[in-house]
Amino acid sequence: MRHLTPHPDADVAPGAPSHDGRRLVADDAPPEVPAVALQGLGRVFGADPPVVALRGVDLVLERGTSLAILGPSGSGKSTLLNVLGCLDRQTCGTYRLDGIDVGGLSDGERAVLRAQRIGFVFQTFNLLAHRPVIENVMLAEVYRGTARDGRHERALRALERVGMTHRAGFLPTRLSGGEQQRVAIARALLGDPTIMLCDEPTGNLDSVNTRSVLALFDELGALGLTVVIVTHEDEVAAHAARRVRIIDGELSEDGA
Amino acid sequence: MRPADLAAEAFAGLVARPARVLLTVLGTVIGIGALVATLGLSKTAGSQIVGHFDELSATDVVVSPSARAGGAGAAVLPWDAEARLRRLNGVAAAGTLADVDVRGALVRSVPINDPLAAGAVQLPMKAASPGAFRAVHAELAAGRLFDEGHSRRADRVLVLGPNAARRLGITRVDQQPAVFVGDRLYAVIGMLSAVSRQASLLGAAIMPEGTARREFGLRAPALAQVETRLGAVDLIVRQAPVALSPGDPGLLKVAAPPDPRELRGEVRNDLDALFLLLGGVSLLVGAIGIANVTLVSVLERVGEIGLRRALGAARRHIAAQFLLESAAMGLAGGIVGASAGTLVIVGVSASRTWTPVLDPWVPLGAPVVGALIGLLSGTYPSLRAAWLEPVEALRSGT
Repeated sequence: MRHLTPHPDADVAPGAPSHDGRRLVADDAPPEVPAVALQGLGRVFGADPPVVALRGVDLVLERGTSLAILGPSGSGKSTLLNVLGCLDRQTCGTYRLDGIDVGGLSDGERAVLRAQRIGFVFQTFNLLAHRPVIENVMLAEVYRGTARDGRHERALRALERVGMTHRAGFLPTRLSGGEQQRVAIARALLGDPTIMLCDEPTGNLDSVNTRSVLALFDELGALGLTVVIVTHEDEVAAHAARRVRIIDGELSEDGA
Repeated sequence: MRPADLAAEAFAGLVARPARVLLTVLGTVIGIGALVATLGLSKTAGSQIVGHFDELSATDVVVSPSARAGGAGAAVLPWDAEARLRRLNGVAAAGTLADVDVRGALVRSVPINDPLAAGAVQLPMKAASPGAFRAVHAELAAGRLFDEGHSRRADRVLVLGPNAARRLGITRVDQQPAVFVGDRLYAVIGMLSAVSRQASLLGAAIMPEGTARREFGLRAPALAQVETRLGAVDLIVRQAPVALSPGDPGLLKVAAPPDPRELRGEVRNDLDALFLLLGGVSLLVGAIGIANVTLVSVLERVGEIGLRRALGAARRHIAAQFLLESAAMGLAGGIVGASAGTLVIVGVSASRTWTPVLDPWVPLGAPVVGALIGLLSGTYPSLRAAWLEPVEALRSGT
């Protein structure tokens, strides 16, 4: 794995030693480096005719803040989330995560970045149905290269943070939607990622479960986690400290 | 990604669908089992045939005058044929035999104790060189065999075949029984219980060649019986006529067993061609089965692949996991198939009272072959899984 230094502008002491030797640098990026910095970000699909999903997106997200991205379906908010999650590449502009210029990374390096710095929460939970809850959470460490020793305990602690310790041995299919989403959040929390990306996290939940999951987000936000929530529901967005809105691929601060 | 994690993920992927894995593996089990059983059974059967031939026939060479020399009665074989043959490398035992013309003389035992028994019988009379007894695998029931000295001195001694002894009413030799051949008295010095070759000796009275020459004017040995060492038949068949009749080897004919290697080859070809084909086809079907199921599995688990990519799996991690899963299926099929094939060999051998014979590399190599087949079958599906775009994959959910 090529060792990467943050962009010079990021002003970070390079090559901070990491606990597993594989983590990209800027492990302990100082607080003044924003978690996410987008500059003139654009994403165009296809060529004939080109479909512009994102254009000129500028966004700086400080650590410990929660951000809601609002927008109707097809507005480009999922594309933005995929780019933020290093699952998709922007066609122009820059994206820095923890000061690292993600645009210049290879596929493999982006995979390492995902493993170490990004936690995902999906609308459909995406738990492996055949594996118990605890193994689903432990899966977050499999591709991170961390030692197997103590993984079970770390996963249990993550489950504890979302109040699901009592379900550790259950198969996900026996849990309610809200419980499944809590397990998915525990999986995203394991290893303390730089940002947690949530794609319509309450989209498949009833109102009771939605409220309990949102309460959990409030708790985590209060603890200083950097969360990005993509949603089209104002009620969900209201729980975030900061709200932006995407319409036709263009981002604007939501004043309301 | 740690190898232990990779193995654990692949294992978990397999045990999540046990019934499907079992059915998938079945094709490989049948294929590998058929191959192992075929290789083992043909080897086993081949060894039995060889063992049967080796025992007697494959080492049995008989030299006698050819038709050109005048047939059975011709005097072509020299009196020192035994010594000449034993000088050949590859001869285990050799001796000469001849029928002795006693000119109608009857044989009777003395004293005549049983007035009801026929007093005198007509017995075939044979002359043998001392080495002939070993060459025909003669077993002694009592007494001793005659030797070089008896022959040189032309002693009047006889060795009786078991049937001849019974006809003469002689059951033991410790009282030095004697028999009259015509009006000449012969001492019976030994009795045979069995011979493996030249069965006519069983009913005959056998005298030393020297005796037959002097007493009955025997002109020459009628045949030379040779026991070769294993595998030396071809050599002796070529060399014996030259050794015995250097002037004109064509005066002698050699009776030798059919080459056991050819026989074995025929049997093996018939048996193997069919079963190897069967095994190969089963294996191919097994491979296609693994490829098919792995591909279905990949398509079914697109969401899981997307999730794994989101959690930080590189393409090679995804490919490695699916390859490992298909290789593990092939390996399991190979192990079970090799075991089943070995059991079949043992079972068939037991029912035929054969000794099972199996090259050790067959059961050991079979699982490796299985794993390779799994690996090959899994290559395309694994690459397909690896090249899925994470965004697309995630869209399909788990």
